[in-house]
Amino acid sequence: MSPLTSYLLLSAMIFSIGLAGALSRRNAILVLSGIELMLNAANLNFIAFWRYGPNPAALTGIMFTIFSISIAAAEAAVGLGIILAVYRHTRNTDLDQMNSMKG
Amino acid sequence: MSWIVQNLWLIPALPIVAAGVIALAKRPQRKLAASLAIGSMVIGFVLSAVAFAHVLSLGHGDSRITEVANINWFQFGDQWVKLGVLLDPLTSVMLLMVTFVGTLIFIYSTGYMADDENFTRFFCFLALFAGGMLTVVVSNSLLLLFMGWEVMGLTSYLLIGFWFHKPSAAAAAKKAFIVTRIGDLGFFLGMAWLYAQTGTLLFYDCGAGCLEHSAVTAMLVHTTVFGLSVSSGIALLLFCGAAGKSGQVPLHVWLPDAMEGPTPVSALIHAATMVAAGVFLVARLYWIFAISPSAIDVAGITSVALQVVTWVGAITALYGSLVAVAQYDIKRILAYSTVSQLGYMMMGLGVGNGPSVGMFHLITHAFFKALLFLGAGSIIHGCGGEQDIRRMGALRGYMPITFKTYAAGMLALCGFPLFAGFWSKDAILHAAFDYDITRIPFYIGAFGALLTAFYMTRQLCYMFIGAKHRGAPGHHGVHDDHEAESLSHPHSPHESPATMTTPMLILAAFACLLGFIGTPAWEWFQNFLDGRPATFSFGALFEGKTALLMAGSSIIVFAGIGLGWMLYGRKPIESPDAPDALEVIQPHIFRVLENAFYIDALYAATIVRLNAALAHISAWFDRWVWNGVVQTISYLVLGTAYVDSFIDNCAVNAAFDEGCTTVSRGGRMLSALQAGRVQGYLRLLGLGFVVLVVILLWGTKR
Repeated sequence: MSPLTSYLLLSAMIFSIGLAGALSRRNAILVLSGIELMLNAANLNFIAFWRYGPNPAALTGIMFTIFSISIAAAEAAVGLGIILAVYRHTRNTDLDQMNSMKG
Repeated sequence: MSWIVQNLWLIPALPIVAAGVIALAKRPQRKLAASLAIGSMVIGFVLSAVAFAHVLSLGHGDSRITEVANINWFQFGDQWVKLGVLLDPLTSVMLLMVTFVGTLIFIYSTGYMADDENFTRFFCFLALFAGGMLTVVVSNSLLLLFMGWEVMGLTSYLLIGFWFHKPSAAAAAKKAFIVTRIGDLGFFLGMAWLYAQTGTLLFYDCGAGCLEHSAVTAMLVHTTVFGLSVSSGIALLLFCGAAGKSGQVPLHVWLPDAMEGPTPVSALIHAATMVAAGVFLVARLYWIFAISPSAIDVAGITSVALQVVTWVGAITALYGSLVAVAQYDIKRILAYSTVSQLGYMMMGLGVGNGPSVGMFHLITHAFFKALLFLGAGSIIHGCGGEQDIRRMGALRGYMPITFKTYAAGMLALCGFPLFAGFWSKDAILHAAFDYDITRIPFYIGAFGALLTAFYMTRQLCYMFIGAKHRGAPGHHGVHDDHEAESLSHPHSPHESPATMTTPMLILAAFACLLGFIGTPAWEWFQNFLDGRPATFSFGALFEGKTALLMAGSSIIVFAGIGLGWMLYGRKPIESPDAPDALEVIQPHIFRVLENAFYIDALYAATIVRLNAALAHISAWFDRWVWNGVVQTISYLVLGTAYVDSFIDNCAVNAAFDEGCTTVSRGGRMLSALQAGRVQGYLRLLGLGFVVLVVILLWGTKR
């Protein structure tokens, strides 16, 4: 088993854990951490493909990942902000209760 | 172009703006209303004085001083409709007169209308009225003049009918409005014709105006029906408007009835503004009136239009003075005297060589007639609303200031030597004497002067002379309701407050002295209007013909006054019910005169009845013919509408409803997916992803 395959397996595992968490949790904060896990799995993929790819000398993968992390940070801040605002409004973080936008 | 010409428009604009502001004021804001109206007139007077000084400073070197300021108003096809203001000697003297007399009348009104609850409304109308007149005076465009003219028509209606709760006042207001409108129809046609002929309504426009040489001669060469030149035709139509406004026979009937308005309004209408506007119009358009085909070859042959003006004026002068002899209402006497004096002015315009003679009488008349009306108002005010001269008498002791000023006005109106009316009326008679067609207007004028002196003496004797006051006790306030409401007036007559007497004193001074600006020895006024330098020659007074005419007219005046005194003054009138001295001598003639030659009755029997018949026919047509047509059409439309609504309900609506139901069912189904659960969406997303991956894998397998 080459190192690349093991990295990919690891990242697939992290992604699945994240997806399962995002889908099954009722608490909005935990859903958000699931999404963070999925993002990090993708980052791990980027790094792995770069490191074991055809041209490791160019810093493309690391650049991509840094951008992705910073965007993830921003996204986490915004998401947490929204959740805080919703919590202040409804005293609740249960996603099943937040259905006022339903058709 | 000087500053004053550019800003001449301010003079009419200020009173109009003041009227607008007053209209917004509340009823108790009396002081604001009066001070705005008077203030705008005072500023107007100052500006007029500046304009007058400007015209004076230009000197008499040029033949005619005319300065204009024109603006484009709006585009009409490829032509611009222009408006403008104009400053020439005629305008400047009219401005001075209107603003000065107007200011005095406004001040007087504050005293006269003090008890009226609609004081603010009154001043709003007064200011608008003055604004309309000033627009007429300054305008350089017949169109702008017409606008001011119609503003005056409207406000005269409002002011004559100011006490509209009296049916007679409401009727008089309508009469004034309708009769002047008949004249205005002619005015409007004349204006349209003038525009069609010359393509402009500006009076002066650097050679392109309708009063300037090229346009006037172009109008002259065309002839229309009966061999009249176009200029004469236009002039005659425009004269219809002037006759309506200035109360010339046969359109004079509104003027005596206009006495139903408050007395300051009568003064304003009869002296400074409304009636003067007609005379002013003829003077302004004098060159359209005066030019005639024969004037090109033979100098001194007057045009058809001017002959008509002369004859209408002469007839009006005679008619008014005849009727005034037999009236008992103090204001009606003055009204008929105004009719007669307006006839003199028109005659002066017709016979005079240029507009100056008629204008001179217009200016002096404005002062002394305003004085007489204000005096009459003061008497009515002092006698508690009494207007019948038979119920006055011996007022001399009760109202000394009114008596003195009224006497001055009366002497000026009679043409007593050295008073203002003497010089101006003499100028007209003099011109009529030199009239080269016929001397009949001169004889009519001289006879009218005799009658004028006679009826004014009669009025004065009835009102002021006598042993005792004849006012019946408890009899006051039948004519003037507003006076009746204020019960503070005592039974015996009393002098009016200073706000009323001061304007009268000022006007009396002018009635005595104003004539000296146009005596035969120093014809400054006439020369000023005609743009000639004035020369002073004392000897001209004593030239054969002039001296003879002056002596003759003085004798006529003395005869008239003496006759009046003999009939009415020598033996004091004892009782209000005693027959008139003239009635005793000639009862039938007196009856005819008292009813103003039955002209109102004649109109009622002919024109009014014809009008009523036409109205009946129209009403019948309207009810049975046109109404039937309209009803039929409406039933047709209704039937179509029923069919239409059936189709709409059963076919169109049903199909549409079906479509709508389907769409809304689909929408309801789809909306079930939008459950609002974020994780539900995420699940769908994941499912879709898995399906995509399966399809991809499936694809690579093959």
